[in-house]
Amino acid sequence: MPDKVGIRGAGQRRFIDELPFCRAMNMVLEEVGEGTAVVSMPWDDRLVGDPVTGVAHGGAVSSLLDTCGGVAVLSHPARPSTTATLNFRIDYMRPATPGQTITAHATCFHLTRTVAFVRTLATDEDKANPVATATGAFVVQT
Amino acid sequence: MNRKRPEPVQVVKQRRDAALRALVAGIPFVQFLGIAFERHGDELTAVLKFDDMQVGNPELPALHGGVTAAFLETAALVELGWQNLWHEIESGRLDAESLNPGTLPRMPKTIDITVDYLRSGLPRDAYARARVNRSGRRYASVMVEAWQDNRTRPMAQATGHFLMPSPAAE
Repeated sequence: MPDKVGIRGAGQRRFIDELPFCRAMNMVLEEVGEGTAVVSMPWDDRLVGDPVTGVAHGGAVSSLLDTCGGVAVLSHPARPSTTATLNFRIDYMRPATPGQTITAHATCFHLTRTVAFVRTLATDEDKANPVATATGAFVVQT
Repeated sequence: MNRKRPEPVQVVKQRRDAALRALVAGIPFVQFLGIAFERHGDELTAVLKFDDMQVGNPELPALHGGVTAAFLETAALVELGWQNLWHEIESGRLDAESLNPGTLPRMPKTIDITVDYLRSGLPRDAYARARVNRSGRRYASVMVEAWQDNRTRPMAQATGHFLMPSPAAE
């Protein structure tokens, strides 16, 4: 649930750094466009959800997707001032390969006065096979 | 009087708590988020202890939506794993004291989860309880609800589908 903290003013990288949870997860804002965003999360042993296989917890992937979706909303040309997640549905296609950076791509493809609609995709280093996809509705204030 | 005498309460509690510990303690991301489980009989309550790093909106401040989603997913998965484990533990087929992540039955895997954010997550502890609505051989459907101060004012709810571990893989 990113908010209005300086997405356009203080520099893109700082935006993510100012959200404590994103900082704790070492998320990096790679790209931001007009309603699109790319956020990556380097591998960390703390992300593991299955100690037997060493695979990342689903919640780690959904945190990345939620963050990336929020950034895409704030970068929409209509320039909403704040946003918060209203609903988020995540589909897990396959386990992310342990040790690899996970990257999320998000597009805010429609925005009304109150709601933004978002699609997101997560991949590891095998870009051809998605790890997870998510669709979300975010509340916005314009 | 052929009826078997009930086991001492301490023995029962120790066995159940050891099984729950084995299920939860070995998951690094659950430890990182600060999620613990309280048990009353077979009823589990997930507890997310507030920490400053969970904040996603520093102005309000509010919990990061990803923390809430991860908390709900964890509560659902552990409830499902716990229910699968319960009969094995109670019947004595599994020895709770010797359980560890390596010897536990495999955990279910999340297929999908849909999270509804009902209220902004406040900077304080949160609780969650999950209900398994269908538990079949192939998949399970689980509902989960999280709240903070008032049980009747949930902060978030979720429904998820989970792939059950295949018996052949064990």
